[in-house]
Amino acid sequence: MKKPSWFNITSLTLGFAFLYIPMLVLIAYSFNGGRLVTVWAGFSTKWYGELLSNEAFLDAAWVTLRVAVATATLATVLGTLAGYVLVRGGRFMGRTLFAGMAYAPLVMPDVILGLSLLLLFKTMFSSMGMTTVILAHTTFAMCYVSVVVSSRLMSFDRSIEEAAADLGATAFDTFKSVTLPIIFPAVLSGWLLAFTLSLDDLVIASFVTGPGATTLPIKIFSAVRLGVSPEINALSTIMIGIVTIGVITFSVINKRQIAQRLRDEKMAG
Amino acid sequence: MAQPTRPASAQTVFAPWTDPTAQPLIQFKNVTKQFGDFTAVDDLTINIYEREFFALLGPSGCGKTTLMRMLAGFENPTHGEILLGGKNIVPVPPNQRPVNMMFQSYALFPHLSVWENIAFGLKRSDMPKDQIGDRVAEMLRLTRMEKFAKRKPHQISGGQRQRVALARSLAKAPKLLLLDEPLGALDKKLRNDTQFELMDIQEKTGTTFVIVTHDQEEAMTVASRVAVMDAGKMIQVDTPAGIYEAPNSVYVADFIGDVNIIEGNASVSGEKVDVHFAEGVDPIHAVTDKPITDGQRVSYAVRPEKISVDREPLADRANHVKGKVEDIGYLGNVSTYHVRLPSGQLVSALMTNSRRLARRDFTWEDEVWLSWTDTAGVVLTE
Repeated sequence: MKKPSWFNITSLTLGFAFLYIPMLVLIAYSFNGGRLVTVWAGFSTKWYGELLSNEAFLDAAWVTLRVAVATATLATVLGTLAGYVLVRGGRFMGRTLFAGMAYAPLVMPDVILGLSLLLLFKTMFSSMGMTTVILAHTTFAMCYVSVVVSSRLMSFDRSIEEAAADLGATAFDTFKSVTLPIIFPAVLSGWLLAFTLSLDDLVIASFVTGPGATTLPIKIFSAVRLGVSPEINALSTIMIGIVTIGVITFSVINKRQIAQRLRDEKMAG
Repeated sequence: MAQPTRPASAQTVFAPWTDPTAQPLIQFKNVTKQFGDFTAVDDLTINIYEREFFALLGPSGCGKTTLMRMLAGFENPTHGEILLGGKNIVPVPPNQRPVNMMFQSYALFPHLSVWENIAFGLKRSDMPKDQIGDRVAEMLRLTRMEKFAKRKPHQISGGQRQRVALARSLAKAPKLLLLDEPLGALDKKLRNDTQFELMDIQEKTGTTFVIVTHDQEEAMTVASRVAVMDAGKMIQVDTPAGIYEAPNSVYVADFIGDVNIIEGNASVSGEKVDVHFAEGVDPIHAVTDKPITDGQRVSYAVRPEKISVDREPLADRANHVKGKVEDIGYLGNVSTYHVRLPSGQLVSALMTNSRRLARRDFTWEDEVWLSWTDTAGVVLTE
């Protein structure tokens, strides 16, 4: 292997430092024994203990998780269908308009989306709550899913679907037993994307939330306004940990599959 | 690989297209297909008979694939009718037609095993569940894929994928099997073997095959009849021998194999035609059954292997022309000679190298005589 040049080493170090120093600082201070966030007072895990007995945070975490799972699932179903129709539906009347409308929330400022949803929900529901948060999150998450799914469908060999029809499968049967299994990895990443988007959304949720539907980002944001407590550092560290484990697991599985496939193809060729 | 020998009966007896009482399996009646302004298939009428191995041959964009996709049901004709066993199938969707297709890309389902790929169509037919296993096993045996039943498509080789695609499309015992460039992705050696396998399977199952190809050798090898297409029209439909020996136009003669085309004016006496192609040289003597008038401008087509190259003119041939060897292409078993006539035409002739190369008694720049019989070539008016 060639020895990397000093220039490469420096830029790599600076790049990673820029990305990860804030997180490392946060993780370090989550183990701080003192009450003051910026003054180091010895190693301790006491804030993790405090966190586990803080009902308000735990409730918010539970709400967020339920909202994210519901959002991801709803957005995946709707986004996959939208992506499928936009790619496979042929040239029907108003296709371009539909495509534009489906992708518009991607570029729409969150504040405007949140405000417009708030106005709509005010006329539809008597009070705001978890339902409205889920609906709002689904609205913007589904277009991300449809982008992911439709880009997968565009590289999909159309004749595989034709073969299914040729062998007697109806359109729905073809989608269920051929298209969906093949694009499933894309659908799954769409789900994960929607889940993450819902998990860390603050702006839209704060417009449409109501009593009993305080999500974790809202809770953290309002707590921080009263001063950063070491408990929040502990909570953030846990979240970083969960995301890291998820990402690593996902990429290891993915890598193994690709390697296995390459081996198989080599054997077969 | 065993060399194929078609049963003599298949060649001599099997010719339903010559029998006016035979009922065609497929009838295209004045079928036109337009994509916007582009006419892919132009007012086409053709009958295809049961048990035929029918090849659609032509350059890309000639409409052969569109024709096949209309049979499968993926495209609908703009005008005209397509009849299968006497019934119009235009309104029938692809999943309800007794027609199966083998795709150029094979289109195997990547998430299903070989076994499940073959069973896919059977599970969606009215076949009882307990018979599906037997049928799949039969198909695996037919294509010699028994050992690979549990593999996924990416775990087998290209040639094996091709056989799975064939097995899958034959599993439902369709009345008609469509093959879209089935051997396009295979290398030449495997391709030749597979061609004979295809013919073998077609004879065993008795299915009618329609194959789309741009490879004329492939069409000639496998087909009972070949349709040469160009710009949405069928230029000629005939047996491989008919297409090769008696092309009806310069286009067909030129598209299939190598040919020398010599233009000239005809002078007719009975069925004998003389083609005057240059001043001060003997005309080419030929016979024809086409109505040709005196003085008509015609093209004379003769295949290189019908022309003999020698030091002296061969007395038993009707045509003799003198020329100079300009080029020799040595291919091992045969050599192609490019001979320039004094009148300017370049004629190619193909000779079998029955002697060792050292014994050849003429070479570049030598004067030679070209000889061929009066029935060797054809006179074309189109």
